[in-house]
Amino acid sequence: MSVGVIDPRDRGGPAQPLLSVTDLVKHFPIRKGFGEKKGRAVRAVDGVSFEALKGETLGIVGESGCGKSTTARLLMGLTERDSGDILFDGESVGGRALPWRSFRRQTQMVFQDSYASLNPRMTIEASISFGPRVNGIGAREAAERSRGLLARVGLEPKRFGGRYPHELSGGQRQRVNIARALALEPRLIVLDEAVSALDKSVEAQVLNLLLDLKQEFGLTYLFISHDLNVVRFICDRVMVMYLGRVAEIGPADTVLSRPSHPYTEALLASMPSLDPDRRTQEALLAGDPPNPIDPPPGCRFHPRCRIAEAVCAETEPPLDPVAPAHRAACLARQPNSGHSLSVARAA
Amino acid sequence: MAAPITAAAVTALAEGTPLPSVSPEAYVPSRGYWRHVGHKLSRDPVALAAAAVILLVVGVALFSPWITPMDPYKGSMLRRLRPIGDSTYWLGSDELGRDMLSRLMVGGRLSLFMGVTPVLIAFVVGSSLGILAGYAGGWINTILMRTIDVFFAFPSVLLAIALSGALGAGIFNAIVSLTCVFVPQIARVAESVTTQIRARDYVDAAKLSGASAFTIVRVQVLGNVLGPIFVYATSLISVSMILASGLSFLGLGVRPPEPEWGLMLNTLRTAIYVNPMVAALPGFAIFIVSISFNLFSDGLRSAMEIRQ
Amino acid sequence: MNAAVAIENLKVTFGAVRAVDGVDLVLEKGQALALIGESGSGKSVTLRAILRLHSEKRSRIEGRIQAAGRDVLTMSKRELSAFRGGTVSMIFQEPLLAFDPVYTVGQQITESIRRHEGVSAGQARVRALKMFERVRIPSPERRLDAYPHEMSGGMRQRAMIALALACRPEVLLADEPTTALDATVQIQILLLLRELQAELGLSTIFVTHDLGAAVEVADRIAVMYAGRIVETGTARQIVLDPHHPYTIGLLRSRADGALAKGARLDTIPGSPPDLANRPPGCPFAPRCFLAEERCRREEPPLAAAGPSHLAACWRSEEAAASFRRKRAEAAEPVLAV
Repeated sequence: MSVGVIDPRDRGGPAQPLLSVTDLVKHFPIRKGFGEKKGRAVRAVDGVSFEALKGETLGIVGESGCGKSTTARLLMGLTERDSGDILFDGESVGGRALPWRSFRRQTQMVFQDSYASLNPRMTIEASISFGPRVNGIGAREAAERSRGLLARVGLEPKRFGGRYPHELSGGQRQRVNIARALALEPRLIVLDEAVSALDKSVEAQVLNLLLDLKQEFGLTYLFISHDLNVVRFICDRVMVMYLGRVAEIGPADTVLSRPSHPYTEALLASMPSLDPDRRTQEALLAGDPPNPIDPPPGCRFHPRCRIAEAVCAETEPPLDPVAPAHRAACLARQPNSGHSLSVARAA
Repeated sequence: MAAPITAAAVTALAEGTPLPSVSPEAYVPSRGYWRHVGHKLSRDPVALAAAAVILLVVGVALFSPWITPMDPYKGSMLRRLRPIGDSTYWLGSDELGRDMLSRLMVGGRLSLFMGVTPVLIAFVVGSSLGILAGYAGGWINTILMRTIDVFFAFPSVLLAIALSGALGAGIFNAIVSLTCVFVPQIARVAESVTTQIRARDYVDAAKLSGASAFTIVRVQVLGNVLGPIFVYATSLISVSMILASGLSFLGLGVRPPEPEWGLMLNTLRTAIYVNPMVAALPGFAIFIVSISFNLFSDGLRSAMEIRQ
Repeated sequence: MNAAVAIENLKVTFGAVRAVDGVDLVLEKGQALALIGESGSGKSVTLRAILRLHSEKRSRIEGRIQAAGRDVLTMSKRELSAFRGGTVSMIFQEPLLAFDPVYTVGQQITESIRRHEGVSAGQARVRALKMFERVRIPSPERRLDAYPHEMSGGMRQRAMIALALACRPEVLLADEPTTALDATVQIQILLLLRELQAELGLSTIFVTHDLGAAVEVADRIAVMYAGRIVETGTARQIVLDPHHPYTIGLLRSRADGALAKGARLDTIPGSPPDLANRPPGCPFAPRCFLAEERCRREEPPLAAAGPSHLAACWRSEEAAASFRRKRAEAAEPVLAV
C-alpha cells in the first residue's frame, strides 16, 4: 500500500506507523446531582490504543456512544484528552518536537455535516484558501491552490469558486470540504462520517474521489462510519469500538467476514440483507446501545452478549492477538481465560 | 440564429457532456452577501418606506439651521399656543410663542443624536465584550456574563434615571448613562450568537488549519455575528430615543431653551388642555421615528437570513 | 375497491417546483410497499399527500387519492382529523416530533384512543398497555408513565409505533422510520414492523432511501426519480431483475456491490434535474448510460416489464440485459475461487 511519492516529511520510513495511540482516555464529568457525593462521568473514551500505518485506511466502527467521534476529536486536539499518548510518525503530538500547530498542518478532518462545516458568508474559494493563508502563503498563491483543488475534486473553479455554500448540493459541498482538507497538504485525513449524510449515488461518487486522492497524494485515512458496507469497501483495516474501548481490530476482510468478537458479529448481523429470499430473521442485539455512564464491570459487552458467562462479568478481557495482525478483546477467544469456549493451552 | 445553437446543444448532450447540475439560478454569477441583502431589502416596501422616513428626518435635522421657516428660539408673548394650520405658524406655536415646525426640525438633531450615539458606542463596547465572552467561554465567560447580569436586575428606565441622576444633568452625562443601559443588552445578544457560531464545524475546521484565535474570530466569527447584533442594535435606537426624551422630560438631559423632542414634550405639557394637538406633536415625532427604526431593523433582519 | 391506497396521476406543486409529477400507485390490502428514492425524488411528498399533511396555502395537489375506500382530497377538515390516526396513521423519522414533550407517552396514547373511539379512560389505558407489550417495550407499565425525552431512541420509535397502531388503523404510512437509528436498532425496528404488519394484516407504505431496509420489510418496491415512479415490482424483481437504468445505477453504486476491494464504484454521473425547470423527455436521460435521441424527446410511460412489473424506460430490455450480463461477469471469478 506504500506509495511511490517520496515525502520529505516522512521520518520513520514506511514501517513506522503514521499514527500511534496509546491508552487514550477522555471522561466528561456530569454535574453532581443534589445530594450526590461523587460526581459521575461519561466515559466516552476509556483506554483506547491503536496504530494507523502509512498509506492505509483504518476504519473505526461502532454504535452511537461508542466513542468513535470523540476519539477523532481527541486526535485532532479539538477536545482535550485526559491522558494517553499520541505519536505522529514517531513524535509525541503536543510535545516539543511536534507542537500542535505543526501537527495540525499534517492532519485534517472532514465532518459529517457538509453545510455546518463551511462558513455561510464565505465563498467556497475563500473557505479553501483560508488554511494556506493563515499558514503564511500569499493571497494569490492561496487562491491559485484553491482553484486547482476545486478542479481536482470535480468542481469547475470558474463556475463554483465564487459561490456560497447554500448554492451547492450536499455532495458538492462535501467535495469542497475535502478540497479544504487537502489545501494544507496533510498526510492524515480523519473522515468523520464524511459520506453518511449523502444520497447513495452521491456517496459512491465521493468514495471514488477519496480513493483517487489517496493514491495521488499518498494519504492515510482514518475513516469513521457506521456503514459496514462502506467500511468493507474502502478500509484496509478496521477497528470496532464498544463503550469507549476497542473490541476488535484487524484486517477489514477478516474482521468483517470472520469476526472474532461477538459484538462485531452482531453488528454484521444487523445489516439489512439485500436478498429478498434471505431476509434477516432475528436481531442478535436487543435494546439500544447502552450509555457510557457507569459501564458494566468485566467485559463491557457482557450484558448484551450471547455467549457471556459468569467470568465475563468479573474479568476485563485484554485486547489480545487471535491471529496475525488481528486482535480481539473477548475471553472466549483467549486461551486459559476461564470461558468455556476458550481453548486450554499448556503453559 | 437559434437553430445552430440548439443543434450544438443536442450534439453536446449526445456526446455526454456533463449537464449543468444545480438549479438555473446557479447560472447567475454569485452576488456578494451584502449585495444579496441589498437586493432583498429593495423588494421590501415596508423597510424601504421606513428607511425613507429616517433619511428624511435625518436630512431635515442636519440642514435645519438653513431651512427652518422661522427662528426656533425667538418667542412672542402675543402669539402663544397658536393651533396647527395657523397662517404664520404652520404647526402652531409653543407656550412661549416659538414656531413649532422650526423647533421640531432643529430638535430632531439632538433627539437623533441622543438616540443613535449611545447605541453606537454600546454596539462597539457590547459586541466586543459579548464576542470575547462567547468565544473564550469558561471562566472568562462566567465572570463577564454574571457581571452583566447584575445590570439586568434593574429596569432600563430606572437604570438610566439613576445613572443620570448620579452623574448630574447634561447631554454628555445622559449619553454616558444610556450607553451603560445598552452595553449589557447588546453584550448578552453578542454572547449568545457567538456561542452558537463557535460550536459550528467550520470554526473547528479553522482551528485545525492552525489559525490563531484572533484570526478565527476576525475571519470566521465576526462576519456571522455582527449582522444579528447590528440588527438588534438598530432596534435599540428607538428605545434610546424614547429614554433620552424621557431623561430630558425629567430635566436630566437637554436643558432649555435648547429644542429637543422630549424636552419640548415636557414644557408643552402645561398646554395639554389649551391646545392638545400642538402639545402632542413632539410625541408624534418620536413615535414616527422610533417606529421607522423598528420597521427598518425588522426588514434588515429578514433580508439577512440565509436560506439553506 | 380492493386497494388499500390508490393514487391516480398525483401532482404536488410548491410554487414553481413540481415535487411530484404524475404518480400512479396502488397498494393492495395487507401488502407492504416500499417507496424508495433519493432526496428530492418526491417520495416523502407523495406519502404526506395521502394524509394531506402539506400546507394548503403553499402547495397545490392534483389527481385522485383513495385511502381505505375514501376520497382523501374531497374530505372536510373534520373528516380528515378523524381519518388521520384513526383509519390511516403515520410514523416519522423523528419520534420527538410526534409526541408532545409535556405529557407522558401513556397519556398521549390513551388520549388518542379516547378521541377516536370514545372509550373510557380505564379501557384506553388497558389498550395502550397492550400496545406497549405488542411493540415489545420492556416493563411497559412503567414506561407508559415516562415522558418522551426520558426514553432512548429505539424505545421512542417503538412508542411511536404503538401510538400509530393504537386505534387499529387499516393503513400505516412510515416516513424513513429507521434512518436516524443505529444499525443494531434499525434491524430490530424493521423486524418489528414486518411482524406487526403480518399479524395485524396492515397495509403499509414505507418510505426509505435504503434499498436494504426496503427489501427487509416490503413485498413490493416502487422506485421514484424526479417526482415520478420509474419502476415498480416485487422486491425480488427490483433487486434481482431491474429494468430501469436508474434502479440499476442505484444497485451498482452500492459499496457492497463493488467487484473488488479498492476498485472504483460504478456511479451515476451528474445530479438530479431541477424540478422547477424540467427538461423534456425522460427525466433520467441526461445521466443515463443507455440514453438515445428518443429519450430526450419523448417521455417513456410505465410499461410492463414482466408480471406485475412496470418500468418507465424506452430501452428497459437493453437495461435489464446489461444488468444480467454484468452480474454474470461479476459472479464468475467468485465461482472460480
